[in-house]
Amino acid sequence: MTLEILMQNIANGITLGSLYALLAIGYTMVYGILRLINFAHGEIFMISTYFAFYGIAIFALPWQLSFVMAIALTALLGVVIERAAYRPLRDAPRISALISAIGVSFLMANLGLVIFGGRPKTFFRPQLFQIPIQLGRIRVVALFFIIPVLTVVLLAILNYIVYKTKIGLAMRAAQWDFDVARLMGVEVDRAISVTFAIGSALAAIGGIMWGLRFVEINPNMGLFPGLKCFIAAVFGGIGNIAGAVLGGFLLGFGEIMLVAFLPGLAGYRDAFAFVLLILMLLFRPTGLLGEKQRVRT
Amino acid sequence: MTGNRSNDLMRKGGIAVALLLVFYLCLFWVETGWDAYKVRILNLSAIYIGITLGLNLCNGFAGQFSLGIAGFMAVGAYTTALLTMAPQTKSAVFFIDPLIWPLNSIQWGFLPALLMAGLVSGLVGFAVGAPAIRFRDDYLGITTLGFAEIIRVVFTNTRSITNGALGLKGIPPQTNLYWSWTFALICILVMVRLTNSSYGRALKAVRDDEVAAEAMGVNLFYHKCLAFVVSAMMAGVGGGLLGNLITTIDPNMFRFPLTFTVLMMAVLGGLGSITGSVIAATLVTVAMEVLRALEEPRVILGMFLPGIPGMRMVVFSIALMAVILFYPKGFMGDRELSLDSFRNLAARFRRRFLYKQV
Repeated sequence: MTLEILMQNIANGITLGSLYALLAIGYTMVYGILRLINFAHGEIFMISTYFAFYGIAIFALPWQLSFVMAIALTALLGVVIERAAYRPLRDAPRISALISAIGVSFLMANLGLVIFGGRPKTFFRPQLFQIPIQLGRIRVVALFFIIPVLTVVLLAILNYIVYKTKIGLAMRAAQWDFDVARLMGVEVDRAISVTFAIGSALAAIGGIMWGLRFVEINPNMGLFPGLKCFIAAVFGGIGNIAGAVLGGFLLGFGEIMLVAFLPGLAGYRDAFAFVLLILMLLFRPTGLLGEKQRVRT
Repeated sequence: MTGNRSNDLMRKGGIAVALLLVFYLCLFWVETGWDAYKVRILNLSAIYIGITLGLNLCNGFAGQFSLGIAGFMAVGAYTTALLTMAPQTKSAVFFIDPLIWPLNSIQWGFLPALLMAGLVSGLVGFAVGAPAIRFRDDYLGITTLGFAEIIRVVFTNTRSITNGALGLKGIPPQTNLYWSWTFALICILVMVRLTNSSYGRALKAVRDDEVAAEAMGVNLFYHKCLAFVVSAMMAGVGGGLLGNLITTIDPNMFRFPLTFTVLMMAVLGGLGSITGSVIAATLVTVAMEVLRALEEPRVILGMFLPGIPGMRMVVFSIALMAVILFYPKGFMGDRELSLDSFRNLAARFRRRFLYKQV
């Protein structure tokens, strides 16, 4: 393998890892508080790309505005889903909430199919992201730098929100102990809404960058990245934001490297994440950075 | 006393045999007289009844939330198809990578092939279940979903056994109403016998409180595995019947949406109810076909209405959401519909009627 190809693979791995990390954060934050796999997260991610796409294609907005609108709308969508589908089932058995989440996921994927049509659409790539950058003998477009840098910036902001603000304190309190937090006067419902808003906004940013990176978008694109990013969250240690980021990066990087170094296994790429999940759950169920699970039912 | 009971048993057995006879006569009438489309829907209903019962055993009765049904169906469908296809058809279908040795020259009858499908998917179910049942609820769900995806990916890549993404074509169309409804009846019988036995009570105990069940001496591993394996076997045989009904299969048929469909049937009918599963599987299968109208363009009152692809699943997703949000127990909850329940209902009406008269 030549150096150029290796570097290209590393760039691909970092980009995919960043995108996975952004999505995995949403899973890990929701699971941390509600103990629920938000199956609909992948579809939230899918819909965000369509919001951005239609903002440009139909409403003829400048791309900056369209992207911001898409992020805001997606955050709202996340909050609405929590209100409508998860909040009524908060005291129900966990299986009910999980089935509800699967239902929302399917509803959105199929609504996407009905509204947006099944044919893939071509995402608009603004000039800014296409500036070629020369690094020694390697040429990449600016997008490959923008994605990881933006991810790091977003992580810094998220870190600030979770550890330095009052609502972040409420979120951590709700994660620590839901009922006690409520007894202490923490507005748990508000903390959960904010969690969904943040998670969905990050998914939207990930989705838009996914569209910029892979160009083609379709209504079924949510399921697999969604499942894989949940696995990334489990891999890093569910409930732990740093763990989700680490898991996302490792999974994205691992997938690209698997295909790069063992091309014979390329067909098994989609199974890689699941094999990783099963091994991880068998040998270290708390994940790489997970703390010891507190028993809570 | 004993004589009385054996008389009673003989009477009940006689009624059962008579009902079965009537049932199979009806099947004969349908199979010979009705058009192929309706027969096919009835076949599908029966197959889905069996598979839904399998899922319900694992998810509803034993409380082990498994999302791997599609994987087991794939194992069963491929096993049956590979065993029943004629060697010439196989060599025509496997034109890129030839089929490996023992499979390329054999052709079994349908019954041994189906039994083999049940055996193989049961073994796979054990291999998946034994490590996975250490997890609970959502983790078990995502792990089994992962196993199903791994099975699908493996099937896509082992071209010399499964023909990869091209799938298998020209599977002999051996599934008919007798096969499919016998399968459904056997599944119902197995479920009734199992849930009313000590195994069934142990499974329900595991579902309601694992720790308490273990403390009372229920072997958790054994019972969870039992539920998992029986469920996988039902799905496997059902998958085999499905494959030989529609005559072509490929790995992408067995993705998560298939599991979703079966899960939806079980939830709508009520997790933990046998009759609920039977009713819901039939209704959903029929509705799937009726709602096809939504997706096809047609002219109503002079207006042209374009078909909307995907609309069926939107309707079903909304139905699932509505049931889980507003009526979480489904049609039947964990109750059963039986002759006794009708009798009780009648008795209650009679009592009320008499009471009013007095």
